[in-house]
Amino acid sequence: MAEIRVEHLHKTFGTFTAVKDSSFTVHDGEFFVMLGPSGCGKTTTLRMIAGLELPTSGQILLGGEDVTFKRAADRDIAFVFQLFALYPHMSVRQNIGFPLKCVGTPKAEIKRRVEETARILRITPLLDKSVSGLSGGDRQRVALGRSIVREPMCFLMDEPLGALDSEFRTLMCHELRSLHDRLKATTVYVTHDQLEAMAMADKIAVMNHGVIEQFATPQEIYDHPATMFVADFIGSPSMNFLAFRGALAPGQQAVTVDGVEVAVPAAREARAEADLVLGVRPEHIRFVSDGGVRGEVFGAEYLGTTQIVTVRTAGGTVKARVPATVPVATGDRLGLAFNGARLSVFGKEDGRAVRTALYEGAAHG
Amino acid sequence: MSGLTQAHSVVAPSTASRRISGAIVIVYAIITMLPLLWIFATGFKSQSDAIAYPPKVFADPSLQGYVNLFTTRSRQTPEYMASLPPPETWYDELVRKQNMVIVGPSKFGARFMNSLIIGFGSTFLAVFLGTLAAYAFSRFRIPLADDLMFFILSTRMMPPIAVAIPIYLMYRELGLSDTRLGMIILYTAVNVSLAVWLLKGFIDEIPREYEEAAMIDGYTRLQAFRKVVLPQAATGIAATAIFCLIFAWNEYAFAVLLTSGEAQTAPPFIPIIIGEGGMDWPAVAAGTTLFLIPIVVFTVLLRKHLLRGITFGAVRK
Ligand SMILES: Nc1ncnc2c1ncn2[C@@H]1O[C@H](COP(=O)(O)OP(=O)(O)O)[C@@H](O)[C@H]1O
Ligand SMILES: [Mg+2]
Repeated sequence: MAEIRVEHLHKTFGTFTAVKDSSFTVHDGEFFVMLGPSGCGKTTTLRMIAGLELPTSGQILLGGEDVTFKRAADRDIAFVFQLFALYPHMSVRQNIGFPLKCVGTPKAEIKRRVEETARILRITPLLDKSVSGLSGGDRQRVALGRSIVREPMCFLMDEPLGALDSEFRTLMCHELRSLHDRLKATTVYVTHDQLEAMAMADKIAVMNHGVIEQFATPQEIYDHPATMFVADFIGSPSMNFLAFRGALAPGQQAVTVDGVEVAVPAAREARAEADLVLGVRPEHIRFVSDGGVRGEVFGAEYLGTTQIVTVRTAGGTVKARVPATVPVATGDRLGLAFNGARLSVFGKEDGRAVRTALYEGAAHG
Repeated sequence: MSGLTQAHSVVAPSTASRRISGAIVIVYAIITMLPLLWIFATGFKSQSDAIAYPPKVFADPSLQGYVNLFTTRSRQTPEYMASLPPPETWYDELVRKQNMVIVGPSKFGARFMNSLIIGFGSTFLAVFLGTLAAYAFSRFRIPLADDLMFFILSTRMMPPIAVAIPIYLMYRELGLSDTRLGMIILYTAVNVSLAVWLLKGFIDEIPREYEEAAMIDGYTRLQAFRKVVLPQAATGIAATAIFCLIFAWNEYAFAVLLTSGEAQTAPPFIPIIIGEGGMDWPAVAAGTTLFLIPIVVFTVLLRKHLLRGITFGAVRK
């Protein structure tokens, strides 16, 4: 078990930059998730940590040791691939035992450890089956088995649940996290699915175009998104953005959106007059009959205890999550009131969050 | 009642269309097999039966063709024949009935051996080199990889015989004319481009995660290649090997041009087996029959791979 430190990691393919000046530290025993849309460089980063790809520049340290240019086999890591990469010509037992066989472990020892691993993953009855007949979930367990059997310093997983159907995914999410809690192994987990990330991670790095936009705990990322990209990417439905023009002075506690005064957390920095964006999570919106930002109900999506109501305002379409008991009908005109303590303000140009009371103490990506 | 409601699948062929396609396959098989059967039968006819007109479909079986194929004989006077001790073996007897005696073995055995060595040798080399090259093209970032692949393919765009004269002159200078090594090199050179292209397709189909997983687990790249990639590429390698072997085994033009003695292969040798008074057709047919056997055996041994392989990996997973 060990700490993973990545410093100023950079990777280009020809003229294309896949990973740009990435730095982060995963502490011993942490479950770290790299989250981002497809093509943002998650796999490339993971492959560099694994030693399957050499960085263009930067450094990778595993347990304090510089392994940047070491062979994959010498890094003592395990990698779970999206496609599981089980060998079709081997049985489950041989697949799980393969890493031990690679390094010349005695037969009896392999047998003992394979069986122990199978017990942990509850796949003992499958041991002597061929892998080609297994269901997706069982294949995933075998792939996991192959990675934990060697008791490596850390686990790297590249969208390991991506190939499963959603029913299995929720189950495996849970299993993975409880497995991690038992093994306490440092884990780097890559996914484009925010729900997976939120459910499992101790820390999340949100990536976009090869850049880490924010590195923080799931809660911080949700509550204090450092950039508009993060705010938009996390949450379902995602954060509402209301554009407005204005200036900010330290201590200022309100902005004017669409001619309406809206309370915001006290600003901690000055901004000259510019195009700004107010970020509002759907659950921080209430409907009021008088005042507020005016809009017209466009539609509602009933979710049981809550409903997502789409409202058209002059500043754009807004989605609000309100209790299902609130009566709304398409065409209703109403006002939107916001929970002033939980709003974010972004610069439209750079997409970065303005520092406010809400962001105090939060690590600024 | 249930007969009326029987569902019919939109993808599975109907019984009628299956019968028709079955019939077409059988007719086609008969058309292609007939000449081979005729050759096979001719090998067991006597010389006179072989050229009888109208043709004899059923003749008294005779091993004369095979005996003539493997021996050289000389005609003797009846007096000399009478003076000989009784024949020691069945083939002695067969030859003496034609008023001849065996003076020694023919060159067929040696020619056949040449074909085996050159055919399998060049196939092995082409597939071996092709697999390594295809793996490199498939997995590594090689500068100008696409251009190189095209260059490799371009060596096949012209019929090889178009460069026969330069090769003939070059081989004469290098002392490779009429040597097994020369023929192995030549056939390897012709086949390796096909091998690289076919095998690259197969290896591209194998997810690289397989060998990467093995490399993370402690194998070197070479070990991962041998123990993970090769077993999975077996199908493609087998199919490629058959294509290469068929070319090298049947090749005629270069064999005629570059070999005449030591390294002559069976194809130029078989058609010129001359008996007394013209072609010895039963012997030619016997030689052809034997010549077909190795390739049939090889194909049958690898047929399990071949069927999947010839679809060029399209049905993997
Ligand atoms: N070997 C490669 N050669 C060229 N470009 C690559 C290579 N690997 C990845 N890329 C590019 O780098 C970008 C990031 O890829 P990747 O790390 O796989 O993204 P992610 O895993 O986040 O979806 C993609 O645009 C991809 O096309
Ligand atoms: Mg990826």
